[in-house]
Amino acid sequence: MKSKVLNAIALLMVFGILAISCSGGVQKDQKPIDVQELTKNQPEVHGTEVKDGEITFASPLNAEWVKSGQNTYDLKCLACHKLTEEKLVGPGWAGVTKKRNPTWILNMITNVDMMLDTDPEAQKLLEQCLVRMPNQNISKEEARQVIEFMRKNDGEM
Amino acid sequence: MFLNILKLSKFIAFVLGITFIIYGCKPKGIQSSVGGDAVKAYVPPGKYDEFYNFVSGGFSGQMSVYGLPSGRLFRVIPVFSVDPEKGYGYSEETKPMLNTSHGSVPWDDLHHIALSQTDGVHDGRWAFGNANNTPRIARIDLKTFRTIEIIEIPNSAGNHSSPFITENSEYVVAGTRFSVPIGDKLDVPISSYKENFKGTLSFIGLDKQTGKMNISFQILLPGVNFDLARAGKGKSHGWFFFSCYNSERANTLLEVNASQKDKDFILCVNWKKAEEYLKAGKGNKKSVKYAHNSYDEQKHMANSVIENEVIVLDPKDCPDMVYFMPCPKSPHGCDTDPTGEYIVGSGKLAAMIPVFSFTKIQAAIASKNYEGDYEGIPVLKYDAVLHGEVKKPGLGPLHTEFDGNGNAYTSFFVSSEIVKWRISDLQVLDRVPTYYSIGHLCIPGGPTKKPWGKYVIAYNKITKDRYLPTGPELTQSAQLYSIDGEKMKLLLDFPTIGEPHYAEAIPAELISKNSVKIYKLEENKNPYASLGEKTAKVERKGNEVHVYMTSIRSHFVPDNIEGVKLGDVVYFHVTNLEQDWDVPHGFAVKGANNAELLIMPGETQTLLWKPERIGVFPMYCTDFCSALHQEMQGYIRVSSAGSNLPISFSTGKKDPEPTKSL
Ligand SMILES: [Cu+2]
Repeated sequence: MKSKVLNAIALLMVFGILAISCSGGVQKDQKPIDVQELTKNQPEVHGTEVKDGEITFASPLNAEWVKSGQNTYDLKCLACHKLTEEKLVGPGWAGVTKKRNPTWILNMITNVDMMLDTDPEAQKLLEQCLVRMPNQNISKEEARQVIEFMRKNDGEM
Repeated sequence: MFLNILKLSKFIAFVLGITFIIYGCKPKGIQSSVGGDAVKAYVPPGKYDEFYNFVSGGFSGQMSVYGLPSGRLFRVIPVFSVDPEKGYGYSEETKPMLNTSHGSVPWDDLHHIALSQTDGVHDGRWAFGNANNTPRIARIDLKTFRTIEIIEIPNSAGNHSSPFITENSEYVVAGTRFSVPIGDKLDVPISSYKENFKGTLSFIGLDKQTGKMNISFQILLPGVNFDLARAGKGKSHGWFFFSCYNSERANTLLEVNASQKDKDFILCVNWKKAEEYLKAGKGNKKSVKYAHNSYDEQKHMANSVIENEVIVLDPKDCPDMVYFMPCPKSPHGCDTDPTGEYIVGSGKLAAMIPVFSFTKIQAAIASKNYEGDYEGIPVLKYDAVLHGEVKKPGLGPLHTEFDGNGNAYTSFFVSSEIVKWRISDLQVLDRVPTYYSIGHLCIPGGPTKKPWGKYVIAYNKITKDRYLPTGPELTQSAQLYSIDGEKMKLLLDFPTIGEPHYAEAIPAELISKNSVKIYKLEENKNPYASLGEKTAKVERKGNEVHVYMTSIRSHFVPDNIEGVKLGDVVYFHVTNLEQDWDVPHGFAVKGANNAELLIMPGETQTLLWKPERIGVFPMYCTDFCSALHQEMQGYIRVSSAGSNLPISFSTGKKDPEPTKSL
């Protein structure tokens, strides 16, 4: 049974190569289009990696940011994160700005696939929660505001 | 194990042998040439196809989307038939889509596809489909692959020559197959067909920006049966061609009685002229009743409006607007070539293909070269408008498409084959068998000014001996042939849903780059949306209970509901809070006399539930969403009609414990 599958794969691989080597005679002079690449280029709010030093904190808190941060939280985060230490789908937020550096939090919000693929701390959390944190299409600016709201939640003024 | 390895190594040697033979690009013998051709249809796992193929689902009422060249099925788009899988026609938001002047009609027969065009080429914006039975035309948004508009066609029956489209998507048309009595005199003897039955063609205008449809005008015609149609293009832009049969105007046993005459007609419509008459006020307002349904993609909600007027142009008042052109024996296809000069007729019962010349049609009209009139409409002289006939091409020509290199490809129903011929000198160049009884065929971009050529796809009616049997009914099928060489070559058979009637194909890049991945929560304008768990709630309004519910991996809010009573009507308005591609959530309730909901990220949909017994009813998510998908569930309690239990709801309510404050 297994060998049949292998055979089929081998056959397909060989034909794959043949398709390339033998198509020259009949193809029209069309540039092959990489549709795969095209869909990747769609505008989707996936952040690029944020590096240390890109965010700075100031006191007192920016009240406007706290407010819009809370709005974003209510719409897109509250379903999984409580403001206490209690874990729901994801970890509770109490103390998060003390425990993690802001770059880490920002990347976790805007760049979650990268974090789950590469960051050991993020991977530890996945093992605990067993649900990959979804990309909620939050922009870098919105994420920064959410962090301001988290600071408020952690008692900063 | 040892044996396996032995077998495998033998096999590899064999493959290497074939490799060596084919590597030289000189296929010798059947075995190697078949292998070499089939590989052109092979798309490796994880790789995308080159074309989308939009295929009508015939009596399934749906449209299906396949990848080419792989033949992989990507999606079934519900259009004219309810689809419990997706809740289409079952959710409160989508029910109005199937409304008609006859009330809800939950099924139809979708025959043809037309893709929107700009400057005579596909632009990837919309797909259109026709409902044959209860005449309707649907528009599908290719950003979301959703049916977003359906318009019913009044004064029509058997909407078959439809929804063909003009080169800038000015109009899609709806020609009636069955002529019927229209107007005030409806209750007439069927035997009075010749006096009382009329045919109509409807021109549905499209808004340039939004695509919104509206019946601009109808043309009143003698009671023939309209079959298919094509818009002119290039030099013939401004004209539309409709094939018709039953010029005998028989009303019984048409297989004999509609085949009496040697020639039927292709009707040529000068629609620019019709527009002038319309402007000049030559149209008559007729009172009718038809439904016009549209789906608002921000409200995620359909609305149905009954319209009650249509403007009808009568050729009696509008000279030079329509002409009949004789065409041998029950013409089916009437297809215009990419230059717009040639109109290819095909008589289902004819053994040749007549090709008409647009230049000659214009000359014949200018010199009034008529052979008479049919019910007051001029009939052009056959010889005066004929470019020539393709002699003895096969039996039962149906439909012709073009490769953009001066060649035409015609399907032959009776002799089950595709025949390639040259338009200029009408010489037959090649033929391949199909398995079996091909109806329409499709070339990517074939009906446009610039076909992509490369493949021709046959849509077949009968598949016996091609697939494993599945009882008395076998799958219907399509076959893919390459046409980029001298000879057509069969690459692939693939099964299809319903009856694959007609199809169009379009390069993937034109569509995939615009594909919507999620509905943005910020743009959700559904009046019943819960934007965020904080806004989820349950409200009683008389005997209506409205549940404003949210779903996200892996819970609903609320997931415990009490206080519903027998006799209540419960509306579950579920908003999917996900903002991630490909994470729909489902919603189903035990005993609901309805379907499920399947709610896309950021979307709101509503399920109506009338509980008919007392108890506690589970509800759950049907679309596997995460490792905790099985935990995504809840309960709703139904009490007796006289119960005083107030409405209450919760999620995650535990036994009382001191709550930590912020
Ligand atoms: Cu789910």
